[in-house]
Amino acid sequence: MRFLLYTTADSTQPSAPPAPPSQLMMEELAKLTEDTRRSGVLLATGGLSPASTRVRNTAGKLTVTDGPFAETKELTGGFALIEAKSRDEAIEWARRFRKIVGDGDSLIQEVFGG
Amino acid sequence: MLQSIAVTDADTHRAIDAVWRIESPRLIAGLTRIVRDVGLAEDLAQDALVAALEQWPESGVPENPGAWLMATAKHRAIDRLRRNERLDRKHEELGREALVQQEMAMTDPETFTKDDVGDDLLRLMFISCHPILAPEARVALTLRLISSLTTEEIARAFLVPAATIAQRIVRAKRTLTEARVPFEVPAGPELDVRLASVLQVIYLVFNEGYSATAGDDLLRTGLCEDALRLGRILAGLAPQEPEVHGLVALMEIQASRSRARVGPSGDIVLLLDQDRARWDALLIHRGLDALERAERLGGALGPYALQAAIGACHARARAAADTDWARIVALYDALAELTPSPVVELNRAVAVAMAFGPAAGLELIDGLAAEPSLKGYHLLPSARGDLLAKLGRAAEARPEFERAASLTQNARERELLLRRAAACAPGAPPSS
Repeated sequence: MRFLLYTTADSTQPSAPPAPPSQLMMEELAKLTEDTRRSGVLLATGGLSPASTRVRNTAGKLTVTDGPFAETKELTGGFALIEAKSRDEAIEWARRFRKIVGDGDSLIQEVFGG
Repeated sequence: MLQSIAVTDADTHRAIDAVWRIESPRLIAGLTRIVRDVGLAEDLAQDALVAALEQWPESGVPENPGAWLMATAKHRAIDRLRRNERLDRKHEELGREALVQQEMAMTDPETFTKDDVGDDLLRLMFISCHPILAPEARVALTLRLISSLTTEEIARAFLVPAATIAQRIVRAKRTLTEARVPFEVPAGPELDVRLASVLQVIYLVFNEGYSATAGDDLLRTGLCEDALRLGRILAGLAPQEPEVHGLVALMEIQASRSRARVGPSGDIVLLLDQDRARWDALLIHRGLDALERAERLGGALGPYALQAAIGACHARARAAADTDWARIVALYDALAELTPSPVVELNRAVAVAMAFGPAAGLELIDGLAAEPSLKGYHLLPSARGDLLAKLGRAAEARPEFERAASLTQNARERELLLRRAAACAPGAPPSS
């Protein structure tokens, strides 16, 4: 089963800009990434630029808008595409990730097809 | 330090199950190094799992669950050895306890490095795929120890009773204990033989999953993912071995087509007829990367890398008509030299037909007709029928397809062959 794990930021909630990650956090993250790779789980991973662009179709009319968008939860930070035995395994990996990066949300969605 | 989270027992049990699947291979590998017995190591790991199931619903999942399981299992190891010591004071056991104490000090869960863990896991793979075991026992033991599948899951995936798998695993562990198989990564010429066995086990698992069809148990098709995961783990542990990357490349590329090879009604779609838009681009990309790693390591490509390179020719072609058949023929030449077999010759003949015309291919296939090992092999008449049909010799093609249909074990394939036979009947609309 393939899952997309990603972090979100709720831009409807005003918050201080995130502190830059500490050296320790970066090391722990690198270790976790290596761990997922060594466990044969990680298919692809990457960081996401905060600059996003939205393409919207409103009754056939296409508009292109550059972010940030005040009213949405944006996919931000990073993502990992993993192949896990079960959703519970994906949750366990997300738990390990969240423990390192601290407060905030990680979302897990199964990927069909692809 | 324990983390307290408000969850139900059922949630915790599922979390423990997930932790177990992630941690147990490393746990069993580390324990095998200490107690030098796979069976005992697995028992100890199971003891730790039972302890987790008892304690974690109360205490929460520990901060570092892998380290918790390891520490618990080691304590169980010492308890058991002390108990044995009381029962019969054998010098060997006393010596072993000293060894365990020493190992405990050396391998404090917080300090042992990733490399140690990786080496242990690699040693465990070599043990579970040891040639002293029958191939089906290697498969069962590897899925159990490295893929963390339960006996029931393995049984369902391989369509055999759970008792059969359980017995296979028990016997395999006993055989390894009795033969005192050392816990090590083999060196020198033995390494090639032992590595070949590991690769063979992984590819067996993959093919078992790949031969499953749409209606089958998901556990069965899941074997492809299990094999890929095993291959990717092995590639991390033995990155200097080109054939490991070759096998990974082969599996990634084959798996990339798994959705395209089954039609809407569950029928088999042949490679050249597949909708290439349905191929999994991510797996192709990973497969081509792995193949490149195998090639970069230098030397002549091994059998897995050659097969992957053939798959890569298909993967790179945007349309079937763009396939570089001349290169595929050259790769089959190399494969036939390395692992000569009538099946490879047959595949080569098909490639020759694609590269240089059906007549050239037919000539080669006719040379294989008397090959005893291909006597019951449905792909021989199927390929011959295909080339005859392409040459416009429908009357000769028809009995070949019918013969192929009578030989195949796969119902979907039989349907396809009978359809092709029908298309060769007099008066049938000409097939494309």
